[in-house]
Amino acid sequence: MSNFKGALLASAIAMTAGQAFAQDDTIKIGVLHSLSGSMAISETTLKDVMLMLIEEQNAKGGVLGKQLEAVVVDPASDWPLFAEKARELMTVSNVDVMFGCWTSVSRKSVLPVIEELNGLLFYPVQYEGEESSKNVFYTGAAPNQQAIPATDYFLEELGVEKFALLGTDYVYPRTTNNILDSYLKSKGIAESDIFVNYTPFGHSDWSKIVADVVALGADGKKVGVISTINGDANIGFYKELAAAGISADDIPVVAFSVGEEELSGLDTSNLVGHLAAWNYFQTAESELNDEFIAKWKAFAGENRVFNDPMEAHVIGFNMWVQAVEAAGTTDVDAVRSAMYGLETPNLTGGIAKMLPNHHLTKPVLIGEIRADGQFDIISATDPVPGDAWTDFLPESAVLEADWAELGCGMYNTETKTCVQIKSNY
Amino acid sequence: MTRTYLARNPSVLWFLLILSLFTLGVTVLSEAYGVAFLSTSFIKTLGKTLCLCLAALAMDLIWGYAGILSLGHMAFFALGGYMIGMWLMYARTEGIVITALSNEALPATAQEIQNGIAGQIFGVVGASELPSVWLFAHSLPLQLMLVVLVPGILALIFGWLAFRSRVTGVYLSILTQAMTLALALYLFQNDSGLRGNNGLSGLQNIPGLADVSQDRISVWFLWASAFALGLGYLLVAWVVSGKFGSVIRAIRDDEARVRFLGYSVEGYKLFVFTLTAIIAAIAGALYYPQAGIINPAELAPIASIYLAVWVAIGGRGRLYGAVIGAAAVSLLSSWFTGGRAPSINLGFYTINWVDWWLILLGLSFVGVTLFAPKGIGGLFDLLQGLRSPDRKGAALGPDDGSLMEKEAKE
Amino acid sequence: MRAALAAIVLALLSLMPLAALAQTSPPLSAVQIVEDNRAQIEKPSRQTIGPVIAGLAGSGDPQALVILSAWANRGLGVRKSDGAFVLISETADGYVLRALDGSDAGTAARADITELRPNAGVRGVIATALVQFNLSDPDPARRADALTTIARDPAPELLDPLRASIDAETDPVLRARKDRLNRLLTLRFDPDSATRIAAVESFSGDLGLDLRGALNPLLATTRRAAPLGTAIDGNIARDLKPGSDLTEVEAYDLLVAANLAPARLTPAELKSALAANITDGAVAGIPLADLNTQAARNRAYTALEVAGTVPVAATDEEVTQIVAGHRFVLTYSEPDTAVTTAAQAVLTGIEVKLGAMQMADLALDALSLASIYFLAAIGLAITFGVMRVINMAHGEFIMMGAYTGYVVQLFIPNYTLSLIVALPLAFLVTFAAGVAMERLVIRHLYKRPLETLLATFGISIALQQLAKNIFGTQARPLTSPAWLDGALTFNDIVSISYIRVAIFVLALVFLMFFLWLMKRTRLGLEVRAVTQNPSMAASMGINPDRINMLTFGLGSGIAGIAGIAIGLFAKVTSELGNDYIVQSFMTVVVGGVGNIWGTLAGALMIGTLQKGIEWFNPSNTLAAQTYMILFIILFIQFRPRGIIALKGRAAGD
Repeated sequence: MSNFKGALLASAIAMTAGQAFAQDDTIKIGVLHSLSGSMAISETTLKDVMLMLIEEQNAKGGVLGKQLEAVVVDPASDWPLFAEKARELMTVSNVDVMFGCWTSVSRKSVLPVIEELNGLLFYPVQYEGEESSKNVFYTGAAPNQQAIPATDYFLEELGVEKFALLGTDYVYPRTTNNILDSYLKSKGIAESDIFVNYTPFGHSDWSKIVADVVALGADGKKVGVISTINGDANIGFYKELAAAGISADDIPVVAFSVGEEELSGLDTSNLVGHLAAWNYFQTAESELNDEFIAKWKAFAGENRVFNDPMEAHVIGFNMWVQAVEAAGTTDVDAVRSAMYGLETPNLTGGIAKMLPNHHLTKPVLIGEIRADGQFDIISATDPVPGDAWTDFLPESAVLEADWAELGCGMYNTETKTCVQIKSNY
Repeated sequence: MTRTYLARNPSVLWFLLILSLFTLGVTVLSEAYGVAFLSTSFIKTLGKTLCLCLAALAMDLIWGYAGILSLGHMAFFALGGYMIGMWLMYARTEGIVITALSNEALPATAQEIQNGIAGQIFGVVGASELPSVWLFAHSLPLQLMLVVLVPGILALIFGWLAFRSRVTGVYLSILTQAMTLALALYLFQNDSGLRGNNGLSGLQNIPGLADVSQDRISVWFLWASAFALGLGYLLVAWVVSGKFGSVIRAIRDDEARVRFLGYSVEGYKLFVFTLTAIIAAIAGALYYPQAGIINPAELAPIASIYLAVWVAIGGRGRLYGAVIGAAAVSLLSSWFTGGRAPSINLGFYTINWVDWWLILLGLSFVGVTLFAPKGIGGLFDLLQGLRSPDRKGAALGPDDGSLMEKEAKE
Repeated sequence: MRAALAAIVLALLSLMPLAALAQTSPPLSAVQIVEDNRAQIEKPSRQTIGPVIAGLAGSGDPQALVILSAWANRGLGVRKSDGAFVLISETADGYVLRALDGSDAGTAARADITELRPNAGVRGVIATALVQFNLSDPDPARRADALTTIARDPAPELLDPLRASIDAETDPVLRARKDRLNRLLTLRFDPDSATRIAAVESFSGDLGLDLRGALNPLLATTRRAAPLGTAIDGNIARDLKPGSDLTEVEAYDLLVAANLAPARLTPAELKSALAANITDGAVAGIPLADLNTQAARNRAYTALEVAGTVPVAATDEEVTQIVAGHRFVLTYSEPDTAVTTAAQAVLTGIEVKLGAMQMADLALDALSLASIYFLAAIGLAITFGVMRVINMAHGEFIMMGAYTGYVVQLFIPNYTLSLIVALPLAFLVTFAAGVAMERLVIRHLYKRPLETLLATFGISIALQQLAKNIFGTQARPLTSPAWLDGALTFNDIVSISYIRVAIFVLALVFLMFFLWLMKRTRLGLEVRAVTQNPSMAASMGINPDRINMLTFGLGSGIAGIAGIAIGLFAKVTSELGNDYIVQSFMTVVVGGVGNIWGTLAGALMIGTLQKGIEWFNPSNTLAAQTYMILFIILFIQFRPRGIIALKGRAAGD
């Protein structure tokens, strides 16, 4: 038993040691991104961005005259561990704000904990909406800031009449496709003209699915693919697409989860012209962007790319700093109230504004893949306000989130009641 | 041969004593009931570790004693979690929905409440109907029965099929691995009705205990887990100590001979398989309300392999070995991956434990199997002066790692 | 919709001298049109750019065509300093500029020019506008492009220019394409019914996707309803019977949509109607507390109906009655009955052939999947099948092979050459790793198979993490040489990518190699001897240690080569091996241990099964994998020794 107790004791000491090091004259910022496991590739860069931002802010003199201190933990891509680490950050390390999570599962795992302890989390990744927690600011895109404009682009600019919604089988594609399904129907696309397919994570055998998509063209309608395929699976998908000789002019593919990083895993010369929709591309032409990328490369290394969720953290952090300065305290409720209506420049040359539903206004960019793995921005909208509850599902259309006036994240505008204060997870 | 149960199992008393001291100690050090030395999140970790120990105990029974290397027991563990999770989610959501609907002019119909709950639970995965697997989710007693029944019946059917057609050894291991993989893939589908990849979440909020802080709840769950582990230890020790225990060990050492002696080998195996599945399920039902979220990744084949590894490192065929292995490896694991272990700077390269822990763990399996098949438990043999006789290469049975010397003497 | 847009463009084109854009009688110069529509050209939208493009194309100014094709190919830019449009061509450090009228305008740095990037939709409109000029272009490539554009966006107005260009076509391939396109456009757009029918019938037995794409829109149907007795205009395909062809609910919804019946009362509307009529805590005399069932609510609503406070809603009986009073039909979008009949006949004629082709394509996919599984499993068939050693690190050997391929590509940029180097190198690397593992670990565990499983699993996670530490978690590119790009296409339905064909061939080669090695070489004989009885083999002068080591190395080496193949068609990540390990084991176990033909049968069965299930349920690939594994579990229960079971002494235990 000696080993068992020994391990316990060692861990217990480690736990409290963390507490002892905590200094009172700093403001602590929790960084809750996986540094190991399957999500590490995406999340490690976000941790680096946070460290850079904090270092930069400290060089400017910190916030409220105090230095900022990053508390980095590793939830190891393990969903239950996200909840555990969030609790640890808030109760043991006593952080004032957290930046973190990637994927909805991880956020839903953390939600009950931060709502219980009244913490504050900035979530930087595009997600499926249908949520507005009092304690979370969503700096990534809601469906109406990515999926809906991309679909509009398909309908209006490319004249697509038949849709293949291909996705990895998890919540983001499921909900997004659900929203798109009713959106397309509202635009007069028949049920039979929407083909849906779900594949497992990391799927590699795409020949039949690509053949199915090609076969959709048999009734003479222009076919387009809306892809919510996640991560590695995209590589096999695009390789098969290229092998089948499908050009972007015949069957365009717009992807919501393919960015600069995903494309680095394959040869893009056969994929030129396929599309991706984001709120940010590294190729965005603005002075702020050039300046930022230069700073980032100096901090992290010459060949590191910068992508959409990273920009979201930049906006989120800048807003939090502003809100803390305005509120004069790091108290969660005070900062929250100070956040609403704050404006900060985004890297693509516009202004991001924090809305009372905890979402941002963001421009929607559509990029065409270039042979060098970057994107040509071919369409950019004015900033679109993020909508927590989509207007295209009947149950959600009546719901509204407004934490400033109504104090409710799920307000039924028909019955004029707050359905619930806490989120469902 | 006719000594009392406790006399034959001196480890039981020691184990229970240490377990109660541990529980008492943690309670005294907790935030809710003591000096607030241990944080709530650490108490949750300890509570979860106790549940893992219980699962390891089941693994030890099936592998260390009955010689069946099942690589699918975490499937039962997770199924237990899913069963209790369904009630937790349903009941919590029901409360929210009823409160929301009570604001309306007309009193809600049962159908409206049902629809509201389904919308809340499944809205996130794009469905709005309650699948039929949630039929009993409204009732705690029924769902608690399912915690035992669903994994139990699955184990019974799977075991019956497998043992009947004499699938043994590594084939059985691969088959159980295929079972847990199939189940995980099935649950990953949204159509399976258990929220696909999102799984069931918010399980730490116990319905009806909204006003009780997590500080207290975590200690309560620690008590419950410790109680279950103690009970499980007693039960398993009792199972392996009598004639029944002798038969299953004999099956491990030479299945054909036991069959020729007239024992129904399949029946024994099936019983052990099902019993251990149920123990694992109960452990899971206690584990997931502490973890807060369960999703199909918990059923991935690798989880079950880890379970086997804990038992191997702790020492097979001795119950305390399983508990030590599970506790030591899982706590060390969370210490190393938690970023708390100090990095080692070699000058030209810095060993960052987040990156290197898995390599260390992997190599330590190899080390343990090659050089210390008895695992940590072997240390206790050394203390007691037990030593394996030199049999000039001939094995006593096929399973060197199990504690056989003492058994052979009995 | 696209056709309609193209039609607008072309209609405007033909009317150009009179069109609104060119109000002044002499046609505007191209430069002038571009300047006049500056905002539109800088931010074009497919919906609104049509008239501008039509104006340019119809201006008669030869420079207009240059501007249009430059614009479509990102050769048009705006100089930031003065906002002038310039034709640009990229050089290493900037652009060479020409003014819109073709005169030289010097050079500019990259930052001084805003390159205009019209989206694919606008590029399509430009291409359509240029079709009439390009159809007779001296450059065959441009003619081919023009044909592709027509095929992509067929429009009635393109028919005449296309027909006019056929006679002058000299290239036989292009001529055949033009002819086919002509018939496809004819059957859709020709005004004469008989010509259309002849065009339709000329395609009898053709399987082309473009043909089906042309015929199916003619046969697109809509559901319509009308009260009994009134005539329904349009080309009626057939009558629909409520209850069998469409449900009563659908039929009624159709009537509601056509304003032929009042909308139904939804439970939500009922609820709000009741809520609006609450008096003294009761609705129509029923206390609020009792309104917690749907039946009670219905009673309350009926009571309100009787009192006249709410409108009367259709009950179920009334719905049935209303539906019975209407006729429901399917009508074709194409009004000409003769054409639809002919089109239907052609489509029905190819139905069986089409089905057979789809099956053939599915069979190819299945075969391809089977060869991938076979390739992944063949190494395992040696180590597990012949030596009875469970090697959980087999998947990681596959991964090592794939990473070897990646590393070789880093040093040898020529993809063909790097592949030639990588294949043997991957074999050597994994052979060495296999031999090392056998020497250091496995040989001590031959008597403890279950523990081999654990030890090799430990090696597996260590190797996986090591790969992550070295290469990162991001997928790495492993690109196939150009001659493996593209697909082997039999017709529009049956095709398979060359890379999959290559994998298939590789699998065959290894099957032959394995058979030759085992049956025809000294080593094979010794391996078989050691497998059957090591001590007897040893007393015959065979060194079992050496044989075991070589066999294990061989199995691992083949895994390395499989890794390159898998990496080429899918991805190279540290989890690559993980995805194949369970499937590989199942392939070996299902097929029957210790027999290469069994492994082949197992791979074929798993591949076919998975594709078969995918065919039944095309929207959920995950389900196919789940049911495949479930089937295998059941299969093993009934044939525990696999498809091809060894018999007698060779079977061992």
